[in-house]
Amino acid sequence: MIKKILVANRGEIVCRVFKTAKKMGIATVAVYSDADKQALHVRMADEAVHIGPPAAAESYLLIDKIIAACKETGADAVHPGYGFLSERAEFCEALAKEGITFVGPPPKAIEAMGDKITSKKIADEADVSTVPGHMGLIDDAEHAVKISTEIGYPVMIKASAGGGGKGMRIAWTDDEAREGFARSKSEAASSFGDDRIFIEKFVVEPRHIEIQVLADQHGNCVYLNERECSIQRRNQKVIEEAPSPFLDEAMRQAMGAQSVALAQAVGYTSAGTVEFIVDKDRNFYFLEMNTRLQVEHPVTELITGIDLVEQMIRVASGETLAIKQSDIGINGWAMESRLYAEDPYRNFLPSIGRLTRYRPPAEGKTGDMIVRNDTGVFEGGEISMFYDPMIAKLCTWGPDRITAINAMEDALDGFEVEGIGHNLPFLSAVMAHPKFRNGDMTTAFIAEEYPEGFQGVDPDAETARVIKIAALIAERRKFERIEKRPAAFHRSLQRTESRVVRVDRQNNDAILTVEASGYRVAIDGGEYEVASGYRVGDSIIDLVIDSQSYRLKIDRVVGGYRIRARGADKTLQVLVPRIAELADLMPEKLPPDTSNLLLCPMPGLVVSLNVSEGDTVEEGQALAVIEAMKMENVLRAEKQAVISKVPVEVGESLAVDQVIMEFET
Amino acid sequence: MSQTIIEALEEKREEARIGGGPKRIDAQHAKGKLTARERIDVLLDEGSFEEYDMYKTHRCTDFGMAGQQISGDGVVTGWGTINGRPVYLYSQDFTVFGGSLSEAHAEKICKIMDLAMQNGVPVIGLNDSGGARIQEGVASLAGYSEVFWRNAQASGAIPQISMIMGPCAGGAVYSPAMTDFIFMVEDSSYMFVTGPDVVKTVTNEIVTAEELGGASTHTKKSSVADGSYTDDIEALLDLRRFFGFLPQSASEKPPKMETPDPWDRQEMSLDTIVPENPNQPYDMKEVIVKIADEGEFFEIQKDHAGNILVGFIRINGETVGIVANQPLVLAGALDINASRKGARFVRFCDAFNIPILTLEDVPGFMPGTAQEYGGIIKHGAKLLFAYAQATVPLVTVITRKAYGGAYCVMAPKHLRADVNYAWPSAEIAVMGAKGATEILHRADLDDEDKIAQHTKDYEERFANPFIAAQRGFVDEVIRPHNTRARIARSFELLKKKHVFQPFKRHDNIPL
Repeated sequence: MIKKILVANRGEIVCRVFKTAKKMGIATVAVYSDADKQALHVRMADEAVHIGPPAAAESYLLIDKIIAACKETGADAVHPGYGFLSERAEFCEALAKEGITFVGPPPKAIEAMGDKITSKKIADEADVSTVPGHMGLIDDAEHAVKISTEIGYPVMIKASAGGGGKGMRIAWTDDEAREGFARSKSEAASSFGDDRIFIEKFVVEPRHIEIQVLADQHGNCVYLNERECSIQRRNQKVIEEAPSPFLDEAMRQAMGAQSVALAQAVGYTSAGTVEFIVDKDRNFYFLEMNTRLQVEHPVTELITGIDLVEQMIRVASGETLAIKQSDIGINGWAMESRLYAEDPYRNFLPSIGRLTRYRPPAEGKTGDMIVRNDTGVFEGGEISMFYDPMIAKLCTWGPDRITAINAMEDALDGFEVEGIGHNLPFLSAVMAHPKFRNGDMTTAFIAEEYPEGFQGVDPDAETARVIKIAALIAERRKFERIEKRPAAFHRSLQRTESRVVRVDRQNNDAILTVEASGYRVAIDGGEYEVASGYRVGDSIIDLVIDSQSYRLKIDRVVGGYRIRARGADKTLQVLVPRIAELADLMPEKLPPDTSNLLLCPMPGLVVSLNVSEGDTVEEGQALAVIEAMKMENVLRAEKQAVISKVPVEVGESLAVDQVIMEFET
Repeated sequence: MSQTIIEALEEKREEARIGGGPKRIDAQHAKGKLTARERIDVLLDEGSFEEYDMYKTHRCTDFGMAGQQISGDGVVTGWGTINGRPVYLYSQDFTVFGGSLSEAHAEKICKIMDLAMQNGVPVIGLNDSGGARIQEGVASLAGYSEVFWRNAQASGAIPQISMIMGPCAGGAVYSPAMTDFIFMVEDSSYMFVTGPDVVKTVTNEIVTAEELGGASTHTKKSSVADGSYTDDIEALLDLRRFFGFLPQSASEKPPKMETPDPWDRQEMSLDTIVPENPNQPYDMKEVIVKIADEGEFFEIQKDHAGNILVGFIRINGETVGIVANQPLVLAGALDINASRKGARFVRFCDAFNIPILTLEDVPGFMPGTAQEYGGIIKHGAKLLFAYAQATVPLVTVITRKAYGGAYCVMAPKHLRADVNYAWPSAEIAVMGAKGATEILHRADLDDEDKIAQHTKDYEERFANPFIAAQRGFVDEVIRPHNTRARIARSFELLKKKHVFQPFKRHDNIPL
């Protein structure tokens, strides 16, 4: 058995592997770059080795450094996590040469599955269903039409060197195939300098569903059911779940059997994932195999009760799988939300900086729900520009899908993250989306449901009411405290009080009555029994309203409260009726019109200014280049305009929303 | 008989309450402003206001004024409570003669100021006035000066707060200017000595009232105002909160606010707030908020001289004044504006029994001709003087840099600060390692390697709190996460601090 394990990675996945290692009595070794000196994975490790500067290419991706760290600490095994070196055959080989165990598949399997064409060929040979298409290259437009007809429309015409949608066309007819071929070819030539073209079946209303497999070195292989990861933004998974609401048992068995066949065909060992694309008619096609532990593995663990990392370590140690296919069932439902340091209100722009507040919801089982949070950060830690902007993976489990979703909504409401922009409100919005709740989704869900980007959440009637009640309770508690103070002229608080909750310039009448066990609140035409443990200054307000529990984030702002729940973000005032009446006299002060301004979208440095005062610019024309987080961002004109003022200079450091240019109106 | 009198009383009250009449009230509302009485309704506890001199009128007979008398004469005065604590206040009524100040109007203000002084109760002024009552001539000017004299007498005896909620021009500005704090309402208030018309005639400058003396001008550029609000209601509600930090008078302590926030709460995240690279900034406001009860910080002059932060927090329920260098702005260096801002705040706290917590990360005084020509020597001396003569409890925490003359200024032990703590990241030295090396090893200036080595040696020797601790200049080196508990214990112990002062008429601060 492995005695000391080094995890050649950083962040949450290292912490995740360490948890299992500690449980199994295996010593732990972390590696870290300059940027990760204070990181949680380093704090958690028994030993830690510094391996270089922040850039991954100079630290986490250096095989020699990892091997040297193993030798220095006497680690006899390496778990690669995901990303970085996890799917590099030469890394496994280098470890093998040093007699260090690689906790993962053999290099041959990694190599075979690492290449798109080879993996598809192997899959075909193993009778795994693949996307119908032409493996070879297309000669000319007529050839393209012939192939397309054979495959059956619609088809996708793709550049061989393609990516990011460039050189990609969908064709539904012969004519479109002809034209698409010509366009793709020329685009491919200009974008990639490589005009080779492929054609394959276009999958309508695709869903991303993947099968978890687990194989030992003795020829045993099982599948641990599926995960659905259709909620993606630009191919980045955002929400995953297990099982999939789309699969039935027959389909699950078919996909599982094919996945096992593929794993066995390449002599796979350890945990791996076979990704499929599934169309609306429940046809499934092999996409690729990920020869590592997936980010979203916790949802599988939650429904199977199997610790995948433990199994990987046992398999790597040469043990025979103790689990048989018949042992594996599906227990309940699990959801995973990836909490990213990306600002949803600014088109998901990465946000870096200090986590001034980081308080995840309590983990563990409450009632029939489980909360699990995998993370590599801590309050006071830094989200750096060098790595993936994931803050945490928040998972919930319930006996059924809706319970798991509801548990996720509660858990997100109790998750406090401040100091950087993050996607918590967006995750809450998806959890509340009727299509998502119905399991009615495709990989285009985010693009289709949020075509203009995320504009925030308009709370439903219940949430809006709970937010108002929270403000009422907070204000009442504030006065109960002041009332306790000795003073000559206190007028005691009344048992029953009329208050007005003002939100979005609307006055909502409320009556609050103190009762033996809490409050009775009359608002929005209803009456509610309310209890709360809130104390002035708390950042979370817990409410029990008519025996239903709620949790909201609350901050004081000038004259009122900012309250956040279910993705909604509201600023409210609690006023006595007289003041509320006067508040209606106050003018509405709208934020200044910024449509004739070019604002800096992120803190950064002006690299170049491509236009000057008096220039007329066309839509899409580059105006300025801002460097932020080592990336150059080109800012373009949104419409034709004349530049009236350029108040910044090249080399200047800009803050968010600083004016870069003004346009004539 | 008595019934008639009561009816007459009610009638007179009603007449006074209507002020300048419905048309002018509508005009006031149309400008986004509340009336004088509406403002009092928002500011004071419900039903607590007792009005004085409601029926007072002017005595002017020139320019046809004899026929125009309105009860109250353009200002509402009296007293009431804010969260149960008494306050005297006046609220100028723009609907009555444009809120202009007559002799009678001034007498009303003087009356409540005299009572406030006699009784040890703060005064709040809600200013909304077109200026002097021109028809009254010198009588009006006399009225101003009577108010000014009282402002000066009251200064340091009772807290005086001004809320500018409309025009405040000419001589009128000097009453608020002598109070402790001025707040303004955005877009509807302005303050200037001479208005845009006169400015244009005299200097040919064309400027709007807003540009010349609006809230933005006075909170950012001139520092005349200490804060601003989007509208009357927000301003008055927050004034209630602000009032809670202040004592009733110089002979009392600020009220205690019982808090559920534990005095010994640890903040582990403070252990990582100071970056490893000494040239990298961090946000001192985060330190303040994490030390404070319930994370509440009432910041004064937040839009001016951002290199120093001042304001009020509570520790274990008691008001504490904060003075903190802000590394995010100009690296936290002290310049003219920061020195003046800090000095005035220290003086206020010292006058009103408010202990001062100094958070120090200062690389020195700001160099340059602009600073020297502007008199940084005299202005820097204000902050130094203010700290040196302060007798309230003083606790200082050096979070990082404490360099040179700025170290001498920022409440060190040598100025009789009671407790000086240092975080492990503290560097107490004459200057930064690089600068020091270049002076100490001038001969090696051409040799980069040698200079680098000297710099490293200097850093190793001085870039820590221990040299100062050896000499007793630092009482204890503390872990950042324990800062709140350490401070809370210190201030508790210092509650009975008493300092004997030499006889003098008064000090002579370098104004």
